[in-house]
Amino acid sequence: MAKSKLVPSFAEAVAGIPDGATIAFGGFAAPGTPYNLIRALLAQGARNLTCVANTTGGAHLPRMPDIAMLAENGQVRKVVCSFTAATRPTDVLPFARFHESGEVEAELVPQGTLAERLRAAGSGIPAFYTPTGVGTEIAEGRETRVFNGREHLLEHALPVEYAFLRAWQADEAGNLRFRLAQRNFNPVMAMAARTVIVEVEEELLPTGAMDPDSVHTPGIFVHRMVRIPPPPEGLWPARRVERAR
Amino acid sequence: MSGAAATKGWSRQQMADRLVAEFQDGWIVNLGVGIPTLCSNTDLGNRDVIFHSENGVVGYGPVLPEGQEDLHLVNAGGQNVSLSPGAAIVHHADSFAIIRSGRIDATVMGAYETAANGDFANWKVAVNAKGGGIGGAMDLASCARRVFLLLEHTTRRGAPRLVMRCALPVTARRVVTLIATNYGLFEPKGEAFRAVELAPGIALDEARAATGAPLEA
Repeated sequence: MAKSKLVPSFAEAVAGIPDGATIAFGGFAAPGTPYNLIRALLAQGARNLTCVANTTGGAHLPRMPDIAMLAENGQVRKVVCSFTAATRPTDVLPFARFHESGEVEAELVPQGTLAERLRAAGSGIPAFYTPTGVGTEIAEGRETRVFNGREHLLEHALPVEYAFLRAWQADEAGNLRFRLAQRNFNPVMAMAARTVIVEVEEELLPTGAMDPDSVHTPGIFVHRMVRIPPPPEGLWPARRVERAR
Repeated sequence: MSGAAATKGWSRQQMADRLVAEFQDGWIVNLGVGIPTLCSNTDLGNRDVIFHSENGVVGYGPVLPEGQEDLHLVNAGGQNVSLSPGAAIVHHADSFAIIRSGRIDATVMGAYETAANGDFANWKVAVNAKGGGIGGAMDLASCARRVFLLLEHTTRRGAPRLVMRCALPVTARRVVTLIATNYGLFEPKGEAFRAVELAPGIALDEARAATGAPLEA
């Protein structure tokens, strides 16, 4: 039987990530976001990172580890995200000042295009055309082509070296299950990455104990896993505090 | 935006309720961040409408009060919502496959401004701003069968949000189907808007004065 992919600590899970690495971070709002692995990466200190995620981190409180914190820690060269600034004019994302100062480069990508670029990278597809973004600022100067009478924008696959995920259940072979909205980007990021590191909420199941029909991400994509300890040692999201508008 | 109810005409919930009245039995409707999240609180009567959230939730209902929420379940705004009977969960690429392949009957979004030609802008707060928040808006605007907008009729300073041509970078061109504001329900007609319905207490002349393009009755 294959060796367990469980490692004993978040520090060991992120050890060896080199400067200049490209890392995808799962999660949409709180569910599925690898807060514990991000915190470990803050301590690990790898620099010049390219960070791929839905968002650089919101303006809401309490603040949990996010890409903006990595930027504050001097670790980020570039982000690829569908949110790099707030949509509510009164909000300021913690990341915004790094983009505005030019300290960190930012590639703003429509969310469905981001998901599909990751999916393509994990599927052996180098590029694809999408109707999303045609006629907007993000399409300026870029290749388009008409299919079925409609203009489409060329988008390239987005392979990453690492993916950091948060899953609900796993077995020791690395088969993963996500719960409800926790799934989001996690399965496509797992497939787009060369090395996949997962923080797991439930106690690990022995290999063979997970129903193969219920696996969301097969263990062949997963390399290292850490069980999240209970709070306060482990980070567990709470209900988001709605701020007065 | 102010948290207070709109100063004139419909409240935000009334705006959402009026738009929800347009939803037809059997529709799949995507609700965006902001005022659109109020649509899942509206009573649908005997209509079956499936709410889709871009993060892969197919079939959800109202925001749940503290203590009843499931922290693994959020809508596009990160709010903890309820699941509807018959709901399904997909990953992000499949969620946007649902969107891009034309399965969404209507998408409801907020906006900073919208134009008589059906353009609208909701991802960048200023022309020269660095970065923005596109989220799923461009995919939804380009691919949903109908694009419904929910926004205040004017800015806090009183400038019209319904204009002849968008000044801000657009999210998509010539896609808007229907617009609900605190002043009423409007549709873009190319070189003008048409007032489908005015909110109680809003006169046509008053709506015209607050609109940055011709407004037809």
